Amino acid sequence: MRINTFFYTIGQGIKNIWRNKLFSLATIATIASCVFLFGLLYSVVLNFQNIVKQAQAGVAVTVFFEEGTSDERIAEIGEEIKKRGEVSKVVFISAEEAWESFKAESLGEYVDSFGDDNPLENDSNYEIYLNDVSMQSSLVDYIEKLDGVRTVNKSVIVASMLTSVNSLIAYVSLGIIGILLAVSIFLISNTVSLGITVRKEEIAIMKLIGATDFVVHAPFIFEGMILGFVGSALPLTAIYFVYVNVVEYLQNKFKVLDSLLRFLDIHQIFSTLVPVSIALGVGIGFLGSFFTAKKHLKV
Amino acid sequence: MIILEDVNKSYGKGAPALNNISLHIEKGEFAFIVGDSGSGKSTLIKLLLKELTPTSGKIYVNNTDVTRLKHSRIPKYRRGIGTVFQDFRLLKDRNVYENVAFAQRVISVPGREIRKNVPSVLSLVGLAEKYKSKPKELSGGEQQRVALARAIINKPRILLADEPTGNLDPKNSWEIMKLLEQINKNGTTVLVVTHNREIVNEMRKRVITMKKGVIISDQKKGGYIDED
Repeated sequence: MRINTFFYTIGQGIKNIWRNKLFSLATIATIASCVFLFGLLYSVVLNFQNIVKQAQAGVAVTVFFEEGTSDERIAEIGEEIKKRGEVSKVVFISAEEAWESFKAESLGEYVDSFGDDNPLENDSNYEIYLNDVSMQSSLVDYIEKLDGVRTVNKSVIVASMLTSVNSLIAYVSLGIIGILLAVSIFLISNTVSLGITVRKEEIAIMKLIGATDFVVHAPFIFEGMILGFVGSALPLTAIYFVYVNVVEYLQNKFKVLDSLLRFLDIHQIFSTLVPVSIALGVGIGFLGSFFTAKKHLKV
Repeated sequence: MIILEDVNKSYGKGAPALNNISLHIEKGEFAFIVGDSGSGKSTLIKLLLKELTPTSGKIYVNNTDVTRLKHSRIPKYRRGIGTVFQDFRLLKDRNVYENVAFAQRVISVPGREIRKNVPSVLSLVGLAEKYKSKPKELSGGEQQRVALARAIINKPRILLADEPTGNLDPKNSWEIMKLLEQINKNGTTVLVVTHNREIVNEMRKRVITMKKGVIISDQKKGGYIDED
């Protein structure tokens, strides 16, 4: 395609948008709403996943040993557990360390009443951290069968709840995004159809003169892609300001929950959200206009 | 240049729009096609433009077998044929220059050539000074001249004019016919569909008369045949 034909088709695409101002605005507004919702949803999901990840990192399985288990056997148990794929970290807590930690956290002024005794003498243990909390129960089953293991403490409720909520959010998001995509494509298709109707005479002349399918179709496809681009760029700007302000507000308002509510930086979200949203908008515009133009413009 | 061999065209189950038409039009010829409404003139034009495909028979234009032309080759084929219509079909939102340049833009002619060709063809049709005017600022005759300029700017070998004087007064009609004659003298084959009895009788060109899908008369230097 010659450069002047390229600019001509882009120019015609822009003119189409201008000619059908109201429909174009409606389309941009709908795509913008879709991308805005998508962006919000994405920000929430990403932050939730981050919170879940942090929570998961704190979920540990604790393994205690039978009385009289030798240090060698304890070390062997540690090695066997480390070999499991779902295990991210294994930390050995000796009886002394356990007692020191308990004293510091819980006994306060009563600590002297225990003298030199260590009530947790048989409570050396392994703290095991997981990559994936959903694998917790299978790991526990495995560890419980190992020789020398007395008991395994686990946090079943936290693990299953985090896993379920995470899956639920993912499914709901996918459903909503699917519906929004369908609505956007439908609207783009309507706008392009209207543009084709308005330019029916011009298209007929183009065909008679000998314009190729590409030259006839291209302005409408550009129109769809431009609408998609604008429709996705506008809400990204809005999301930027909304996100920054909401996060700032929440952090100031709920300082108590600071350790739990650790929000992601806007740049971490935008590094993926911007290209995905733009691709989504332009993609919706391309698909909607391409198939509509193909349907209505058989040369 | 244009050859039709036993061409039939039917729409559904009704009477055929064209019934076994055979026709030869030589390169550089000027011919009128006349006939009442429903005689098949428009169907013939649409077949030549490959807007329709014949039910049977063969059509050759500029040595191309139009009946077997692939969809992807239609645009290139149409570039060899200029068309003019009764209702001018100009783009109302564009000026004279843009209307004519449009015909070259859509077939990817380089910008510098467009800037050279448009003034030249506008001079030929006598509208060089009105290049900035919008169609609504022009008379019917002037609008038809713009349409003619648009039809010939790509130097087609054939010019099809479907009722080019249908909306014009006698003076403007004659001006358009003179332009068509001049274009023909420059080597373009011209085929004019018309109802204008006076023009057909006066110009003494080839006249092909159609009735109910059949060619009933083909005269070398003929006149308008009254069918009644």
